[in-house]
Amino acid sequence: MSLPRSRQPRRLGTAFARTIPAVISLALLIAVWELYARFGGIAPTVLPAPSRVLQQAWENRAALAENTLPTIRATLAGFACSLVAAFVLSALVDFAPRLRRALFPILIASQTLPLVAIAPLVVLWFGFGLLPKILLVALVTFFPMMVALVEGYAATQKEIAEMLAAMGAGRWRIFRSARLPSALPYFFAGLRVSITYAVVGAIFAEYAGAAKGLGIYMLSAKNNFRPDLVLAAVTISSALTLMLFGLAVLIQHLAMPWERAGREDGQKSSTEGGR
Amino acid sequence: MTRLELRDVRKSFGALEVLADISLHVGEGEFVSILGPSGAGKSTLFQLLTGAVRGEGEMRFDGVPLDDHGSRFAFMPQRDALMPWRRVIDNAALGLEVQGMRRRAARERVAPLFAEFGLAGFERAWPAELSGGMRQRVALLRTVVQARDMLLLDEPFGALDALTRAAMQRWLEGMWRGHRWTALLITHDVREAVLLSDRIYVLSARPARVISEIPVPLPRPRTEGAALAREAAAIEAGILDTLLGATNSRPFDGEAK
Repeated sequence: MSLPRSRQPRRLGTAFARTIPAVISLALLIAVWELYARFGGIAPTVLPAPSRVLQQAWENRAALAENTLPTIRATLAGFACSLVAAFVLSALVDFAPRLRRALFPILIASQTLPLVAIAPLVVLWFGFGLLPKILLVALVTFFPMMVALVEGYAATQKEIAEMLAAMGAGRWRIFRSARLPSALPYFFAGLRVSITYAVVGAIFAEYAGAAKGLGIYMLSAKNNFRPDLVLAAVTISSALTLMLFGLAVLIQHLAMPWERAGREDGQKSSTEGGR
Repeated sequence: MTRLELRDVRKSFGALEVLADISLHVGEGEFVSILGPSGAGKSTLFQLLTGAVRGEGEMRFDGVPLDDHGSRFAFMPQRDALMPWRRVIDNAALGLEVQGMRRRAARERVAPLFAEFGLAGFERAWPAELSGGMRQRVALLRTVVQARDMLLLDEPFGALDALTRAAMQRWLEGMWRGHRWTALLITHDVREAVLLSDRIYVLSARPARVISEIPVPLPRPRTEGAALAREAAAIEAGILDTLLGATNSRPFDGEAK
């Protein structure tokens, strides 16, 4: 059996090729927007053209950067707290199933809270500092990871757990050696979902009240009739989310090399069968 | 010398009687099979031995009651139960790590055995890169390297295709001749039992009891010669008669309970 190491560059190439349709459709969308904004007789205070957004973003780059940093800080701090909480609580729930019945109704209820209403309250209770942002980011990102982990533990192959027990492994050992690794694919699925909420959560929190941040920047830009600057901030927040998503995919890729081994094998046999 | 001895072992799950009165023994260096219809409770017997469930009756190892479960047996489950996230060498070394050995030391212990198990060169591979037969050899390696007193093999080749299974049975017979492990095999494959065993216990349908104890006095290796094949076929036919006769006379009345 030859280990298919040499395929790495070509696979990267195909991944690149796969993004081409997305790039084309995005470019088309921007082009139509640009033309409509320029020749549609619409005031730039209502719908600015993409070129204007870009140009104004560049002119206001210092202010934008100054407001982007706190948002990144809140997002990362909130997400880190959420991640730790998801791991700790999911492990606790795994060891004490009764705790699951006690906790899950509360956690599910927490996901039904309308963020628009809850964000100002959290700011009211915890002030304009970092804490309410951390809490709100954690609130919106925690649940998908928690559910994914709990379901992932339960997906552990029964034979593996039984075999470990027959080897003399205790509960902690079985958790560490079998349940946790079994949950990894589920966890990363949950991570990819919740990371896309993280930046939005931070911006919501800032929108409700903050000294600096993309959220408060958007709010004041809107109040000053500057939709171009709102859209500039929106673009930055989208870029942040996409970067975090890419980071999550990269970490998954590095954390689960065996997944790649299985898939590469499958690809190899299918491509060779096709020739 | 008798190592494992079961006397009047019974097990019920609620009202469902699974094992009714199992008595058997396994001697030092002996390969014994437990042969029975599917769903007869064969795997429950192993769960009793490994301590996963508790039953009634007497279970002794070297004359000592089996309370200190798990330490006597190395268990090979039905499916290979390889961990996809561990490289082959770390799967093989898993039992040693659970026993408290450091990963590096455990690897050093199992690495020299890879050639004998036909796995040389695959130490660093992932289980997903191996064929079904190879995976099963890793599972057996993981089992024997634990250096326990006795092997418990629970239908180890049940999930393989017929050809691979036949090859693995021959391979296991060869391996056993070299090592003379004390082993207890669960199977519903009559040919497999006759090929591998010194003695065979035939179980009834649920609730399982021993309906026959059949010695297999064939010389080893058992894969050579037409005369040997004829003798083996005769024993197989006898066992099949016992099994089918017993299940036909009591058609699943145990299940209705």
